[in-house]
Amino acid sequence: MKRRDFMKNTAMFVAGASVSLSALELIDPQEVLAANPELRWGFLVDTHKCVGCGLCVKACKIENDIPLEANVTRTWVERYVIKKDGEVVMDSPKGALNGYTSKLLDQNKSGMREVADKDIAQAFFVPKLCNHCETPVCVQVCPVGATYQTADGAVLVDRKWCIGCGYCIMGCPYGVRFFHPIEHVADKCTFCYHRISNGGNTACAQACPFGARKIGNLRDPNDPVAKTVMGQRVGVLRDEYGTKPQVFYIGLNKEVH
Amino acid sequence: MKKHVWRPLYVVLGLIGCILVFRMFYIPDDFGTHDRGYTFGYHRLSNEQEWKEYPAKYKGTEYCKDCHSEKVESVAGSQHAMISCENCHGAAFGHPEEPAKLTIDRSRDLCIRCHSALYMPTSGRNDIPGIDPAQHNVDSECSECHNPHNPSLEDM
Repeated sequence: MKRRDFMKNTAMFVAGASVSLSALELIDPQEVLAANPELRWGFLVDTHKCVGCGLCVKACKIENDIPLEANVTRTWVERYVIKKDGEVVMDSPKGALNGYTSKLLDQNKSGMREVADKDIAQAFFVPKLCNHCETPVCVQVCPVGATYQTADGAVLVDRKWCIGCGYCIMGCPYGVRFFHPIEHVADKCTFCYHRISNGGNTACAQACPFGARKIGNLRDPNDPVAKTVMGQRVGVLRDEYGTKPQVFYIGLNKEVH
Repeated sequence: MKKHVWRPLYVVLGLIGCILVFRMFYIPDDFGTHDRGYTFGYHRLSNEQEWKEYPAKYKGTEYCKDCHSEKVESVAGSQHAMISCENCHGAAFGHPEEPAKLTIDRSRDLCIRCHSALYMPTSGRNDIPGIDPAQHNVDSECSECHNPHNPSLEDM
């Protein structure tokens, strides 16, 4: 082989090898659309606005037929009292079904505890619900395909298909799943899928008098929730788990997990 | 090889066949990998529709307005304007046919959800007028003095 040919062949080989196979693959427009659909439900919680009335919890339970007296709930509100000495005291009796009406904090087996007003540095409420994660742990661990994510981001449970193994309840880092005491299957917040799919609002957001809860389409740049998520400082819970939560919080403290 | 050596194999093959036939009938046609791929979207597609058809219990203020427009408008001018009707009057599911009358929650427990005074310096709770429910007219219902549709203290 001549020196000239060798150089030519080498150059051709290197150029050819540098074009990776994936670059030659034809892009299917449908696949791109499926990855970026026009609708992705997201939720916005403003912790400054929440007053701990618990009307959202009550409305959620009635709307979704979760027994009021059973100590399980799809959404709940937590109270955080941060003392001037740095101690964090929190409670959520019955998930705040009946709101916060007393200064006593329910510390479970250690009883009720009162924190004097003069010792309080910060005190606030944080509503919690399913984060409808972009990569939901609970869906990944389901052995029978009973829980899944829809194209618009809602994580749902197929009640006919669930075998009640409880893997999803164990897997969820946010503890939002529970056993439905009547249906005997895993249950969770659906973002009120029956309401939002038919042009309505979620029951909790509708019941909230202060606008602390909002649902919206994160793909619509004119949506109020999308605007806030894009344009303001918002936080998510337990980002370190890599679940990419789609419930965003305004005014999140490091004490809240 | 002798026949009795092969026999267990036929049994196993038969069992596998039975399972495959059972699976064919048991698993619905729409069960499989959908929008979110195998990891997140492996499910029975018709379940999405089943969830969409779940009956809604709360109808919203607009629904109430169709018949009770004068009540809705009277609240709209008060400090309680942002409270949705159904928070106190109950979910409107089935109303006005069945039930014809909704049960109104007039309990103190409902009012003190917001109006029990708590010291919550970094929350909206601090901006709401509050009382100590253990001290403030313990034996009365709030609505005996305060009109929930117009709670202004000047108009009392």
